[in-house]
Amino acid sequence: MTVNEMKTPDARAETPDPKIDASLRVPLLALFGGAAFWLVVSSVLAMIASIKFHAPDFVAHCPWLTYGRVQPAADDALLYGFCIPAGLGVALWLFAQLGQAPLRGAIVPAVAAKLWHLGVLVGLAGILSGNSTGFAWLEFPRAGSVILFFAYLLLALWAMMNFAARRERALYPSHWFLVAAVFWFPWIYSTANLFLVAWPVRGVVQAIIGWWFAGNLLFVWLALVGIGTAFYFLPKFSGRPLQSYYLALFAFWTLILFGTWCGIPPGAPVPAWMPVLSSFAAVLTVVPVLAVAAIAWQTSRGGSDAPSLECGGDAPVAAPAPAGRAAPMPADGLVQQDKATRASHLPYGDGASPPRGFIRFGLLSFVLSSLMLIAMACPRISRVTEFTWFGPAQTQLQLYGFFAMTMFGAIYYLLPRAVGFELPFPKLARLHFWISVPGVVLLVLPLAIGGVEQGMKLNNLNLTFMDATKAMLPFLRTSTIGLLLILLGNSLFALNIFAMTFVWEKSLVKKAFAVVTAPLETEGETGSASASLRRDKEVQA
Amino acid sequence: MKNGFWIFVAVFVALGGSWCGFVLAPEMQLGGAKQTTILNSSDVYPVGRPGEANQGLSVYRANGCAACHTEQVRQTGIACSVVLTDVGKNPQAMTNLISSLVLTSLTKEDADAASAKITVAGGKTEIHIAATGPDIARGWGMRRSVAEDYLYDQPVQLGRLRAGPDLANAGARADANWQLLHLYAPKSVVKGSTMPPFRYLFEVRKIGREPSPDALKLPSEFAPPAGYEVVPKPEARELAAYLLSLRATVPLYSAPISP
Repeated sequence: MTVNEMKTPDARAETPDPKIDASLRVPLLALFGGAAFWLVVSSVLAMIASIKFHAPDFVAHCPWLTYGRVQPAADDALLYGFCIPAGLGVALWLFAQLGQAPLRGAIVPAVAAKLWHLGVLVGLAGILSGNSTGFAWLEFPRAGSVILFFAYLLLALWAMMNFAARRERALYPSHWFLVAAVFWFPWIYSTANLFLVAWPVRGVVQAIIGWWFAGNLLFVWLALVGIGTAFYFLPKFSGRPLQSYYLALFAFWTLILFGTWCGIPPGAPVPAWMPVLSSFAAVLTVVPVLAVAAIAWQTSRGGSDAPSLECGGDAPVAAPAPAGRAAPMPADGLVQQDKATRASHLPYGDGASPPRGFIRFGLLSFVLSSLMLIAMACPRISRVTEFTWFGPAQTQLQLYGFFAMTMFGAIYYLLPRAVGFELPFPKLARLHFWISVPGVVLLVLPLAIGGVEQGMKLNNLNLTFMDATKAMLPFLRTSTIGLLLILLGNSLFALNIFAMTFVWEKSLVKKAFAVVTAPLETEGETGSASASLRRDKEVQA
Repeated sequence: MKNGFWIFVAVFVALGGSWCGFVLAPEMQLGGAKQTTILNSSDVYPVGRPGEANQGLSVYRANGCAACHTEQVRQTGIACSVVLTDVGKNPQAMTNLISSLVLTSLTKEDADAASAKITVAGGKTEIHIAATGPDIARGWGMRRSVAEDYLYDQPVQLGRLRAGPDLANAGARADANWQLLHLYAPKSVVKGSTMPPFRYLFEVRKIGREPSPDALKLPSEFAPPAGYEVVPKPEARELAAYLLSLRATVPLYSAPISP
């Protein structure tokens, strides 16, 4: 493999092929529509759980809404309901774009997406009705997990078939991350379900496999998909090739080699070699995290002289999609240096670009949440932070601050292209960004600070347990405001996705109606009907 | 990496390695674990839970108690103390010797050294080992939790957050009546408790011909209206039985303490 060959992906010019985008339309709408729904459900459940820290008696008579069921249900709705299907959808789109190959047999992934969301429904109903398996991040009862597993296999199979059929053979760094993620999930999910639920192993081995699974899903899988996605978009936004190919390769290898051993807490009641090994791996995980930070920094530096793409730019938003799409998209690497030309290629006109803000925020959260994770694996720090709210703070930053935010950015960017319409409410997308950033900060920061304080108070024997718990309450109550903002932001996201689906369905009906009625009409009217058909087609494209 | 095959190889190497390390190896080391003997005793540990307590574990699981409670005690170290059991033939010399020695809060090595000095002087000693650490000092256990403690748990509910206190030794702290009162109305026994009440595990019913012997004796502000009584449903009784069965106090080879 020569250096020249390896550089090709960066220099590749992606010719916008309407067929590629159109082939993804139905599966993407199915994946993202359900994901948006579960996202809102998740924040409603999280709100219910959070209110219990203001008033423990809140809906106390209702077993379905007790804290111990609502909280895991909220977490799982976010992870399985939103993060994974959104990640799969983005991966499908990226495979098709990078490989320049339309998705064949798109009906199968569309059905698989519906199946996945059915699995989430079954799983959540299972948790809320008291049939949780009792393992963190694996609470879905067996029926739910089986559905999820097969839906995933179908989606993964189609993603891999599209990957194999790519016309652009050279691999781009995003490919490694996303292909690895596609293989990663079935392995860890089947292992965890077989050894914990189907034929449970004995004793504390359950906990070890549970930690292994959760670490690999929450840290490694989300990082693979999120970073793979960001590595596609960063060069697009900044007009600079990824800095650099080799550093990305290095980050990829170190992430999958070290990250996969993280997860067993230092104080765990297991033979000492396991937490020691896990802590050691966690410390080494600093390497890929810093590599990702360096890549992000170096790649987006070029963006500073680009036209203002920041969120909240006041330029007109309503640039018609077809016009934007007619011009070639900026390629990953050699973008036209002419700023004006570049600006006209942006999907949101030359101004507001929520995608860029979301993805930058996601990368920042990735670095911070990973450093929090690594800190918690150090025995000295763990003695304070273990069993405190610092842990949930880290998880939320990872799931929402990093992954969900990255996915929002990607979806706001790609969905208008895939469906062929501009976002129905582009201003709400910008508002979503400006609501969810303080939302994440208000959710994570109080929990993290409060968690450290709680840990120090628990280690201080002059204070009772109740003192430490009471000291945590103001922090928990502040985080409710963060959750409220996140709920609002998620609703705005869902509104855009649902409206988009609705507009698309309406256009389908219109088109079908035009086709059905056309032959029966007189000559003059046929002309107008076919004109409207043409208009629809333009919009579709 | 030029094609998808090599990515697959990368995944296989990386994930396969950790699969062997954290799935296969623990299962080989601990999966076949059997009961151990209690230190300085011929009794085995742990013994399986009685049926009702076992049912209670699934109530614990179903209601997600592990979302707020851990079942693992941490320990930062041990503190040994040397106890004189026989002063020997020369009490005066022994008194002088002992007053020159530190006999409490010792490391194992120092305790052995002090014990040796006393033995040389003709006395007899015992070394007592106590676990140390904030969890121990809070009364949540006498020693750290070890793998043996969870042998019969299905599912193992270690927990990851202490929004409420640790429960590894809940059974050593309170009786069934307290547990039931606490489940129905946490604030009735713990002032300022933030635990949500689990009222749906109880039945509030009209008192029949005579009050049920199982009815909770609640303080007046939590009591039901006159003529009504609060009776635990089977789930509540099972959960209380499970909580009472949580008791990991015996000394083990992997976590030695003096009883």
